[in-house]
Amino acid sequence: MTATPMLRIENVSKSYGGHQVLRSVSLDVDAGTVTCIIGPSGAGKSTLIQCVNHLERVDSGLLRVDGRLMGYREKGGRLYELSDREIARQRSEIGMVFQHFHLFPHLTVRENITTGPTLVRRVDRATAAARADELLDRVGLAGHGDRYPAQLSGGQQQRVAIARTLAMDPKLVLFDEPTSALDPELVGEVLTVMKDLALSGMTMVVVTHELGFAREVADRVVFMADGAVVEEGTTSEVFDRPRHERTRAFLGRVLRT
Amino acid sequence: MSEAATGAQTPMEQHPAADPVVVPRRRPWRWVGMAVVALLAVMALHGLVTNPAFGWYTVFRYLFTRPILAGLGMTLLLTAIAMAGGILIGTVLAVLRDTDSRLLAGASLAYTWFFRTVPVLVQLLFWFNFGALYKHIALGIPFGPALFTLDTNSLVSPLSAAVFGLMLSQGAYTGEIIRSGINGVESGQARAARALGMTRAQVFRVIVFPQALRIIIPALGNEVISMVKNTSMVSVLALSDLLYSAQLIYSRNYQTIPLLIVATIWYLVVVTLLTLLQGRLEKRFGRGVQKR
Repeated sequence: MTATPMLRIENVSKSYGGHQVLRSVSLDVDAGTVTCIIGPSGAGKSTLIQCVNHLERVDSGLLRVDGRLMGYREKGGRLYELSDREIARQRSEIGMVFQHFHLFPHLTVRENITTGPTLVRRVDRATAAARADELLDRVGLAGHGDRYPAQLSGGQQQRVAIARTLAMDPKLVLFDEPTSALDPELVGEVLTVMKDLALSGMTMVVVTHELGFAREVADRVVFMADGAVVEEGTTSEVFDRPRHERTRAFLGRVLRT
Repeated sequence: MSEAATGAQTPMEQHPAADPVVVPRRRPWRWVGMAVVALLAVMALHGLVTNPAFGWYTVFRYLFTRPILAGLGMTLLLTAIAMAGGILIGTVLAVLRDTDSRLLAGASLAYTWFFRTVPVLVQLLFWFNFGALYKHIALGIPFGPALFTLDTNSLVSPLSAAVFGLMLSQGAYTGEIIRSGINGVESGQARAARALGMTRAQVFRVIVFPQALRIIIPALGNEVISMVKNTSMVSVLALSDLLYSAQLIYSRNYQTIPLLIVATIWYLVVVTLLTLLQGRLEKRFGRGVQKR
């Protein structure tokens, strides 16, 4: 089992002002697996996955996706930050789903999905549109292509956002609290789509408060607190036999409700 | 009525009788207001028709004459060039203002401060007299040899002075409008677009700017309408815009009021058309927003 992990995070640290949000975080994610990152708010979970595709710059440490260094070129022991175009190309291989969807409100649902492939990959319009309709069908929104995001419910918008990111055929999809902004009755439809995606073999890193989803779908669970990884292991290791007091306390608080 | 139907209606019997007559609240003061407005309108109309000093015959005689139409053309030309230049300058100012470089942001700020402070009228006169400041304008290597040299007075015409004066100050205002439009687009939009692999330029062109336009267009429409009227200031440079053309005519025939009305009618026509255009643009760039 020496295959390169799909994502390798090595000793990543980051501060905002004087506040350290990530403290030497290291993590490996194997291809085809689902990793859920759980923990109290302010633990640095979202910052960590925003660092993965260089939307946030790390202060120190390295991130490798599929063996390739993210955002930098290594030469003679120095790291040179890549150009805007090169970083954009790296990002195009990593999907990202946001807490607040961030669909483009001035574009139709179909245009939201085709804009990445046509602009970044130079896929022709007709092919991209056909693929978009296929993906909409896959997330259960067939026939919604001509509507605008504002005409959809939150759950529908998040499923469009997932279709938008899948249209780029990513190697890895990052989910930043994908259900936290949804009304409770809409959470299920988004989680169902994510489960299907996990079953299809997609490599996923999911920051989530949905412990039920983590328990059911995750291969590995990471518990973070105060900017550091406290505990990491298989689902049953972390949920059933947590080794650290902080993990036990967090799980106790969350599972009781 | 059958027994069953009556039974079905039983719960309704707790409510007042079906279909009560709705009596709207009486609004006597609204009637008074309407009467006053109607009276004033009739009086104004009566004055317009009966007062011979309006000189409606003269108005219609001059409305479509060559000098007036040429003046109208000059007004429209100045508006178009000054606004186009202003938008270009404004976009550059807006982009510079939000760069990480303090020098560039500071330069943008200084420009905005200066050109919003100096009255447009002063600028028009200043540019017209630019020859007194620099006799020659040369293109060449900075502090090095000149490649070619031009006499300033051959370059500065009333038209170029007018265009510069209007455009440079318009750039300062437009820059603020464009900047507020860009900042009004929620930052997650750019994040999502960059996460898809778009370059910064693509993010700006396809995602941020079209959404910023929704915020920019109403304010910019206002500026265009202002500009149509600000161009009348170029009469100090003896440039024959709409107003100055009318002034030239009444300085000869003393029909001051009728010719001012001629100019007013054209300003009304132009601004009305621009307002309609603005409405259409707002609709176009508001797509996806009003629909709920």
